[in-house]
Amino acid sequence: MESFDLASLLFYVFAAVVSLSAVMVISARNSVHSVFFLILAFFNASGLFVLLGAEYIAMTLVIVYVGAVAVLFLFVVMMLNVNYQRLRAGFLKYLPVGLLVATILFIELIALQYASAFSMLSMASISAEIPDPAVTSNTKAIGDLLYTRYVYVFQLAGLVLLVAMIGAIVLTLRQRPGVKRQRIYKQVNRKREESIELVQVESGKGVRS
Amino acid sequence: MSPMLYGSITLTHYLTVSSLLFVIGVCGIFLNRKNIITILMAIELILLSVNINLVTFSVTLGDLTGQIFSILVLTVAAAEAAIGLAILVVYYRNRGSIDVEDINMMKG
Repeated sequence: MESFDLASLLFYVFAAVVSLSAVMVISARNSVHSVFFLILAFFNASGLFVLLGAEYIAMTLVIVYVGAVAVLFLFVVMMLNVNYQRLRAGFLKYLPVGLLVATILFIELIALQYASAFSMLSMASISAEIPDPAVTSNTKAIGDLLYTRYVYVFQLAGLVLLVAMIGAIVLTLRQRPGVKRQRIYKQVNRKREESIELVQVESGKGVRS
Repeated sequence: MSPMLYGSITLTHYLTVSSLLFVIGVCGIFLNRKNIITILMAIELILLSVNINLVTFSVTLGDLTGQIFSILVLTVAAAEAAIGLAILVVYYRNRGSIDVEDINMMKG
């Protein structure tokens, strides 16, 4: 048994916090607490990625998940006025079958690892070798690959995000009747002729009788 | 024999954490049958475990493609969360609740 080095210790800390906060995400009584534990889980998962030397993924995880997705969740959870007690009904009813399925799945996944299914891992099938981290940083290496060989995939990912953005806007946009809104198209297309009328007013009479 | 990553940590350690996260996510979908927000969060956990798997194998094999794929999974996860929460907001606006069991009113 070799001595415990700092990186290994950090791995165990991060792994333990990730797992515990994941358990809290699915079992917290209040959904707001669930979101906070989700944020904790993402932070610690990004710690795991830093330990692996995948800094770019780690930082993207913090920015995308903590900065965008978790805040989105928090926003929706706080915006909706939901009775959480009623939503938790059936939690204990499904607990035995949920734990059974989870245990079976976990045993199967672990068994798969120890069945030496990964012994065929060979260096022969590598398509894009990771460069020396001392020379090329992880971020630069990913950029070199993402903007050259995978540029179409990258554009496609952007398209997915665009469709998601438009979809979310279309879904949540609502036209309420009876609300006075500015109609810019009509404003801009107003002509002088149809809005201004010159009237010759005779003395002693009003503009309109 | 599992490849060493750093210190005394091997591929197996990371795969175990990833499996644990995946199982917790699946379990969360089972337990919170009514709370669709928690179900969405459980899906995020599952996608996180997939990302851990991808990056771990990427580093183990010395192949950067896994990290590229992980970025794409991240993108899809963000899009999925945005659309899912938008549907949730519309549903709440129409029904005044977010009970999953009421959603079957749409069935033809």
